[in-house]
Amino acid sequence: MDLAVLWFWIVAFFFVGYFVLDGFDFGVGMTMPFLAKDDTDRRVMINTIGPVWDLNETWVIVAGAALFAAFPEWYATLFSGFYLALLLILLALIARGVSFEYRHQRPESQWKAWFDRMIIVGSAVPALLWGVAFANIVQGVPLDADHNYIGTLFDLLNPYALLGGATTLLLFFTHGAVFIALKTEGELRARAKRLATKAGVITIVVAAAFLLWTGVAQGSAWFWAPAAVAAVALIGGVLANVRGKEGVAFGLMALTIAAAVIGLFAALFPEVMPASNDPANSLTIANASSTPYTLTFMSWTALIFLPLVLAYQAWTYWIFRKRVTRQTIEAAAH
Amino acid sequence: MNDLLDPLLLARWQFGLTTVYHFLFVPLTIGLATTTAIFQTAWVRTAKVEYLRITRFFGSIFLINFAMGVVTGIVQEFQFGMNWSEYSRFVGDIFGAPLALEGLLAFFLEATFIGLWIFGWNRLPQKLHLATIWVTAVGSIVSAYFIIAANAWMQNPVGFELNAERGRAELVDIWAVLTNPVALAAFPHTIAAAFMVSSGLIITAAAWHLSRNQHLDTMRPALKFGLWAMVVSGALTTFFGDQLSLAMVATQPMKMAAAEATYDTVCGADASFSIFTLGTPDGTNELFSIRVPYLLSLLSTHSLDGCVEGINDLQAQYTELWGPGDYTPIIWVTYWAFRWMIGLGMAHVLVAVVGLWLTRKGRMPKQKWVWKVAIWSFPLSLGAMIVGWVFTEMGRQPWIVFSQMFTESAVSPNVTGLDVLISLTAFTLIYGILAVVEVRLIIRAVRKGPPEIGAPDPETGRVEQPSTVY
Repeated sequence: MDLAVLWFWIVAFFFVGYFVLDGFDFGVGMTMPFLAKDDTDRRVMINTIGPVWDLNETWVIVAGAALFAAFPEWYATLFSGFYLALLLILLALIARGVSFEYRHQRPESQWKAWFDRMIIVGSAVPALLWGVAFANIVQGVPLDADHNYIGTLFDLLNPYALLGGATTLLLFFTHGAVFIALKTEGELRARAKRLATKAGVITIVVAAAFLLWTGVAQGSAWFWAPAAVAAVALIGGVLANVRGKEGVAFGLMALTIAAAVIGLFAALFPEVMPASNDPANSLTIANASSTPYTLTFMSWTALIFLPLVLAYQAWTYWIFRKRVTRQTIEAAAH
Repeated sequence: MNDLLDPLLLARWQFGLTTVYHFLFVPLTIGLATTTAIFQTAWVRTAKVEYLRITRFFGSIFLINFAMGVVTGIVQEFQFGMNWSEYSRFVGDIFGAPLALEGLLAFFLEATFIGLWIFGWNRLPQKLHLATIWVTAVGSIVSAYFIIAANAWMQNPVGFELNAERGRAELVDIWAVLTNPVALAAFPHTIAAAFMVSSGLIITAAAWHLSRNQHLDTMRPALKFGLWAMVVSGALTTFFGDQLSLAMVATQPMKMAAAEATYDTVCGADASFSIFTLGTPDGTNELFSIRVPYLLSLLSTHSLDGCVEGINDLQAQYTELWGPGDYTPIIWVTYWAFRWMIGLGMAHVLVAVVGLWLTRKGRMPKQKWVWKVAIWSFPLSLGAMIVGWVFTEMGRQPWIVFSQMFTESAVSPNVTGLDVLISLTAFTLIYGILAVVEVRLIIRAVRKGPPEIGAPDPETGRVEQPSTVY
């Protein structure tokens, strides 16, 4: 197989990892104002992702680096083109990341309230904008002959892309609520379950609209297969949540996100950044990729280290598999 | 107004600002992860609770710092594509690989194991928990290697061929990139300097408490450790700095000429190094200076009768090679940055040596000023690190990739000055606010001192200690 094609799917894999994992982190942040009744609840919620948010976020760094190494043209066009959107994502990720660490440093409620706001906004902004960005990539954006983006920020905020943003926002919101139901106990767990059901129904409607729009506009058979998996998994996930099968619900939500990302990459294939103004200006796997030498080296590295990475990350999740309870949080030193 | 909205200028300021800022946290992360691991090892081996208290004390400062390092690091990676898309297109085939390796081999390791360490107290078996901080430390050091290999390629591009048709540099020898002589010298130089920074922090924190005659049981061993670590890492930084300047003279002679503001080629005794200079700020005219004859020759060539090429001669050579243009970096920046780096570094080692003498055989100096000097260790060692990077990066100008690509050709063509201004303003604001918060939290954590931890249970040998939760 062509190594560039392999790397197209490896990049897709890194984004799947990022959205599945940081997706529920975003969801935890976004559902905090709906689920937490007091400071202990908020701390319980933050501690469900405490040991893992950093490694989850690292997936986007690796995805970005893999994009840079394997598809320099794609990386350059995407990052310079979606400039202000990515700036907002960066600011949000900064605000959110430091908040986890700083929030508990002082006891004053005023202090904590500041960082709570930063966690909520810092989770919602990337959850929305990643969807907007990927929808735009799939739909195509105006590119000049040198593959430079020639639109503005407002061109990115078109109805289809905003629907894509709403879809990721809702998916991550529901994913986070399901995760909280899986990782906590008592009333918080019950509230999370109810919220996941409500949010899940809205997500099904919005996601279905986005999938259909994408399918009709891009419509290759390769898109429909993962799209169907995503649709079934989403409905299954919401139903499993209603029946209180938290593990199954979480697994199906993860599958939904994974299948949706794969579907978007399938819709993109074999282009990586279609030009909406002139197909001749499109970036494709062939004209955006690195040399076979670089890709060969990178493939060996990924082959050796990726299984190791996945193994120790799985182990971490196993170590921290227990539910976080109000009792343990209240008992622990701040 | 046009100057104000020059995307190139703004993008350069943004890169400088965000990189310097990011690198305030990186050396402390590298140094403190290892230091914390050493103290925790001491605790596991001796079961002395003081060592555990020191571990938890520096561990808490390490964590305040760590989150900032992570989030500001994402900016660094995104920034190449956002502001420097032409650069990214030109170098991606080469430069992307070490970045991807950094993520896959180092960042994942660091991010996963730091979580295990923070939340693993009381949850993981003692030795396994100890291993998690060591793995974190190794991860941070490995990440430094890859990013320095990437940076070294910009200083001394190797292992590539130009593809004129695609308009890019293409990798032909990854081994050459990973064993770039500049990287092999810059990596240990940077790591040793990172240990100077963390030693500086330890000295500062310990001196603060000891000058108030408190926490003697933990802060005295901490001070002793910090002083020794400073002397050893200072010596290593100097040694590898010397190796690095040899590599620099061989690959970027202009940078060395700019470091000394040597306009004409000089040999032997004339190749002197000015320890102290009073002169015009741009370093072109000196009124008074203390010069050490032969030292520049010795630094650059390791011989007394070596020659150091001057800026004017190099400028003439480069013009012949690459056509008309200005091939000199901003001399006053390189000249002063180089001196401040060496001066601050040397001052630290001196302070540490004096400190070791004053505290020999358990003595405690009574004089207030001794402690006041020691407390400045941390900010000044961080300062030395920063001017070192300013020298390295500004000394490469006007190139972004030496001999291959000018900085002015590297900027994103479609990003407007306004875009960069918005982004520069946003980063300045959020980084500024977070800097204030961060500094206050670190000062607060230092003042709080090491946590109280009771003696081990006589039967089980276990120590009751706080778990960390957010």
